[in-house]
Amino acid sequence: MSSFKPTKIPVYPKLGEKVTQETLYWKDYKPPIQIKEYGAITNIDFSPVAPYNFAVTAFTRIHIYGPFSQEPVKTFTKFKDNAYCGRFRSDGQLLVAGCEDSVVRLFDVAGKVALRMFKGHSKAVHVTDFTSDRYHILTGSDDSTCRLWDVPNSVELSSYKEHTDYIRCGVASKLNSNLLITGSYDHTLKVFDTRTDKSVITMDHGQPVESLLLYPSEGLLVSAGGRYVKVWDLLKAGQPLVSLKNHHKTVTCLCLSSNGQRLLSGSLDRHVKVYNTTTYKVVHNFDYAASILSLGLAPNDESIVVGMTNGILSIKHRKGPEDSKPGPSLQRRRPTYRVFVKGKNFIPKQEDYLVSKHVKEHLAKHDKQLKKFNVSKALDSALEANKRTRKPEITVAVLKELDRRGKLRNALAGRDEHGLSLLLSFLIGHLVDQRFAPVLVMTADMILDIYGSTVGQSPLIDRQLLHLQELLEREINYEQDLLAVLGMLDTLFACGVPKQEVPRSGTSRPNGLEEPKTTAQTAAS
Amino acid sequence: MVEHGEIRVVHRGGSKLNFRQPIFTHDSRFLLCASGDGVKVFSASTEECVHHLLAHTGLVTGLSLRPSNQLQVFSCSLDGTVRLWDYTDGILIKTFSIGCPIYAVYSSGSHDGVLFLTVPAKDDKKSDTFRLVAVQLPQSPEQFVEAREFSAVLEDVSSNPAAVSFGRGGHFIASVNNLQLEVFFFKKQKSYRFYLPEDNKHGQKNTFTCTTCHPKEDCIATGHEDGKIRLWRNFNHKKEYTYSTHHWHHTAVGALSFTPEGTNFLSGGGESVLVQWRYNQETQKDFLPRLGAAISHISVSPDGCLFCTSHSDNKIIVIHSYIKISAVIQGLVQGDRIKTDLIVDPLSKALVMNGKPGHLQFYSLQRDKLLYNLDIVQQEYIHESGLNQFDVVKADFDTGGKWLATVEERKQNSAELELNLKLWAFDEQTQSFVLNTTVSAPHEDRVTDLSFSPDQTTLLVSTGNDGLFKAWTLTAPTAEDESASWSCDFVGSYHGLAPQCCSFSADGSLLAVAFREVVTVWSTVTWDLLTTLSQPPGDIRNLCFGRQSCSKYLLGTTDKNQLCCWNLLTCSLEWSTSMDVSLLLSDPLSENMAAFCSEAGCTDLFVFRPSEPRPLFSHKAVCPGRVLRAVFTPREEPLEGSEEQLQWINRSQLHFFSPNMELLTFSTKAEEDRLTASSKQLVIDDHVAMTPFYLLLGKRPQTDAREVAAVTDRVQPPQGSSAIRELLQTPAHVLPSTSQLCSMFVQSLLVSTADKREPTNVTEEEMESEKEEEDSEEEETSRVTAIKNQDQTRDPKDPGLTKAQTRELRQLRKLDYSWVGALVEF
Repeated sequence: MSSFKPTKIPVYPKLGEKVTQETLYWKDYKPPIQIKEYGAITNIDFSPVAPYNFAVTAFTRIHIYGPFSQEPVKTFTKFKDNAYCGRFRSDGQLLVAGCEDSVVRLFDVAGKVALRMFKGHSKAVHVTDFTSDRYHILTGSDDSTCRLWDVPNSVELSSYKEHTDYIRCGVASKLNSNLLITGSYDHTLKVFDTRTDKSVITMDHGQPVESLLLYPSEGLLVSAGGRYVKVWDLLKAGQPLVSLKNHHKTVTCLCLSSNGQRLLSGSLDRHVKVYNTTTYKVVHNFDYAASILSLGLAPNDESIVVGMTNGILSIKHRKGPEDSKPGPSLQRRRPTYRVFVKGKNFIPKQEDYLVSKHVKEHLAKHDKQLKKFNVSKALDSALEANKRTRKPEITVAVLKELDRRGKLRNALAGRDEHGLSLLLSFLIGHLVDQRFAPVLVMTADMILDIYGSTVGQSPLIDRQLLHLQELLEREINYEQDLLAVLGMLDTLFACGVPKQEVPRSGTSRPNGLEEPKTTAQTAAS
Repeated sequence: MVEHGEIRVVHRGGSKLNFRQPIFTHDSRFLLCASGDGVKVFSASTEECVHHLLAHTGLVTGLSLRPSNQLQVFSCSLDGTVRLWDYTDGILIKTFSIGCPIYAVYSSGSHDGVLFLTVPAKDDKKSDTFRLVAVQLPQSPEQFVEAREFSAVLEDVSSNPAAVSFGRGGHFIASVNNLQLEVFFFKKQKSYRFYLPEDNKHGQKNTFTCTTCHPKEDCIATGHEDGKIRLWRNFNHKKEYTYSTHHWHHTAVGALSFTPEGTNFLSGGGESVLVQWRYNQETQKDFLPRLGAAISHISVSPDGCLFCTSHSDNKIIVIHSYIKISAVIQGLVQGDRIKTDLIVDPLSKALVMNGKPGHLQFYSLQRDKLLYNLDIVQQEYIHESGLNQFDVVKADFDTGGKWLATVEERKQNSAELELNLKLWAFDEQTQSFVLNTTVSAPHEDRVTDLSFSPDQTTLLVSTGNDGLFKAWTLTAPTAEDESASWSCDFVGSYHGLAPQCCSFSADGSLLAVAFREVVTVWSTVTWDLLTTLSQPPGDIRNLCFGRQSCSKYLLGTTDKNQLCCWNLLTCSLEWSTSMDVSLLLSDPLSENMAAFCSEAGCTDLFVFRPSEPRPLFSHKAVCPGRVLRAVFTPREEPLEGSEEQLQWINRSQLHFFSPNMELLTFSTKAEEDRLTASSKQLVIDDHVAMTPFYLLLGKRPQTDAREVAAVTDRVQPPQGSSAIRELLQTPAHVLPSTSQLCSMFVQSLLVSTADKREPTNVTEEEMESEKEEEDSEEEETSRVTAIKNQDQTRDPKDPGLTKAQTRELRQLRKLDYSWVGALVEF
């Protein structure tokens, strides 16, 4: 008749974040290399040409690191005070940096001494950038002016005084040498055209602007300030497109992935978030040890470089193909595929007499014992080490099945010290797991019933029972605390819901709306 | 009801197959089985019901093959008659009127013309003591014969037919009752009684349950309440009798049977394991486990090749003697009560309800056949009394039949209730339901109602005693590798009251949920509470939206004997009437609604339209007790009735279960006549035609491969024959008369062994035949000799033959020419 139906092992929904393609991609990095700098790292800039060195601006220095070196390839130390915003020119040969002492310095990447010094700002210069024609430099300063300098002559070409507060971010367009965009602590973003002496577009970010980013197509502009990341459509005269609020502290830096499909933002809340630029949903999240000030992504996302307030530079390199291969496995070599298909692909001739062999169904160890009604042995096999620790749901399912058969008490009884301690350690491990609690609480009850008279005979069992008791007490306290919090929240929600005009009987609606997605996993309370 | 005499309540199949032991016919091809008021003849190989012998007016209680003519069978019934049938043609031959209810019939080869019947000991029909009497059947040519001459054989026998058994060659008869075994010897006219102590020291019961006798030796096997089997020997002495005890069963032995040669005996019981014991080597046993339900009867075919067990879940299993199942005849499973509502599967139009423990059964009303069982619980069923088993308590289909929702529950004695909501998707390829989502503990208390939205959106609402109703929807998969699954969309409640039932409006835009006395109406789009209706006092028991033109009405029944109809446009009560409605349901194909009302211990039926004050149809006293399960089933083709009172059963039929679990329906006389007529026309051939299709499908994997091969050799599909092709493709009006065609047709069907050889002969001997044309009168004989001569002469001298040709010739020589000899003799 029908074959034996094996014990049903329930599949519990995986808790925590779902594994998607995205998380697999962003997790595919080696453990980070951490380098201690002298002070907070305010800027990271990748050289646009191979081998894609990057300049790290920290304290009074700018270090240039090679793609794989942990020691700086080059160091610029000729700053009198804190350096800011070290940026490469598009050919990767010149580097410009602002300084707390209001002087802007231009370096040859190969040399050591500043080639040019641009003096004219009255306060610290936090923003420097090359325009796309490579002969001009954009600077923005705490004196709320933004200026354009000529590199060969080191003279100031123009100065814009439209901002009313510190200018802390700015970019020059990579496609049009006449366009400059700056963001300031006066909450505005301004687009300047060097051919006119006034700003062409002004956008209100609503918070002091910390960082700016132009899309490669330069149709969209991303700004970060306060907890918000906002995207603006420049082609529609600065119309706001999206406002993202995914950080809970000020967002300090922005970065685009190499294919322009993902946007990264770093914040003082120690997270780097990755957004999909079509849906603007967070698809991944990185955690760091300290508040993040600067962020850089190597071409092809080969490495993620993050600078933090405590002066630690964290570099994550992508795993190469050779890294993804697991090492030589210690497992016994399995029989080859050929062994399994041996004789299976034989096509019988027409006149052959076929003798069909009974196909033996495969049953798990505990099912084999359950089939023979050996309840104690079934429980023993379900309590084997790897099931107990790795797949507790199997053990719990077998306990449940034994209870359904009315044989749980028989299976639990008659165990020696070792067997009982295995059971107790399993209980200690999983009793408070709400998925397993109903079955395990009943099991624990039964164990206490059966072995209550033997307490005091074995120090090991006594210790475990005490541990179990302690665990339960702690859990009860937690539950009580949680219930108190729940009560408080209920009052808050009750205050928050506006009263309906007609006193209709939908009193339970807030409750229903608050938890629409409960998949009926009721908390064990 | 004179005015509605046309519509009657009729039985509609689903009768018990396991009431009495089925018996094999002498050639083991058919299985005779008492089923309700009739006897069914099943084919043992195809499971098909070949004949349904109907004439008894009471429950058929026993069957026995006539010893003098194995093609006839006696059946006895509670109506006090014994009838003799020819089961191959399904004809009633004779009726013997006995005059009192008969509980069992036995016959024995050594007592020709005598039937042994179990009848009540006293003439009053209520007595519960029985006696075994012998009735001499009068020899008379008439069809209806009175046979009132009894001679008592044994007093105080059990009414269970398994408790009486004839011994070796009919020399003695063994009967068990309670703790007593009585053996009666016909020759000596003497009976011996053996008693067992009431309880042995382990507190187990010694009560006899069944008995059977060895066919060749003086040995009686008895089964006992505690699962023991005793083999009694030497029982023709009062004192020196012996018995041996064998104990394997842990519950009562339900059935015992010896094989015809007496080398083995079979036993079965509540464990639903068939045990085959070797006689005299009882330690060697064969088992056939997991037969599904407790074994109630076992019978063995006369040639010993087939066994058959009948089970408590209304099932007969035919088993090969090497303990392998060959066929399953499954009737409608009737538990102690139907827990799920009756539902109709929109795809197969089958009636669906809970059947075997943890299963849903799909029962075809048209064919009176169980289509299949769907395993809902998917757990090993443990046959042990006192265990709490999971059972299906709620089920519903969506309108397209693509989704099935089930709720199973298990009430533990002390701990909390275990509940699972399962959603099944219909798989087109396998044509069955596949589990899609399992929600453990969808509610914290018992689920009271489950309903799919009638429109095309996949929306399911469940109501629970925990005071909540939940809406479940199919959500798109979150990742590519996942499939769509169901999740909770909305949780609603009303003042913490427990909802008892819910109903969707016909277009699915409104949901009515009854919370105690209050009916709440919700919008399924926004999940806003639209309005509340109530008609105190009394809690709402049933809710039903009107259909089609009456869809603005919502009907509800309360447990304080009120039937209310609300108009949803005005949100007010349209009408109400006072009646104790136990069940209210609406016909999905019309505006009609049916209400079953309890009135003075009986159930009345009213069919009405919510918009009209007068009922369309009413039927008083449909059946005693309360009707709790009923369903409208759509007809395959609508009837054409013109009368107003009959119109309500034109498009759909109302089926219901009476409190004692009979499946009944309403039908007209004309329809019944039509049905019986059509069933008579349909005489199914009992042969399993060995068509290529049958071979291809290989319906029975157990079928011996060699047998199949032999069959393919034997039956040459005749479609290749030109004669048949001609016959079938030529228009009828140009064909010659049938008498001329007949011989040609028959000849074309003949496949002789000579045919195979002839072509080779002909091709080789073509040139020879030209020469020998003149002596063609002698045809074959001369030709074959000619071939022989030709072979001998030609072989050495003609090197022009190819190798293949010579090989063929050599084969030809080896061939058997005995048939030529046979021809010569003629």
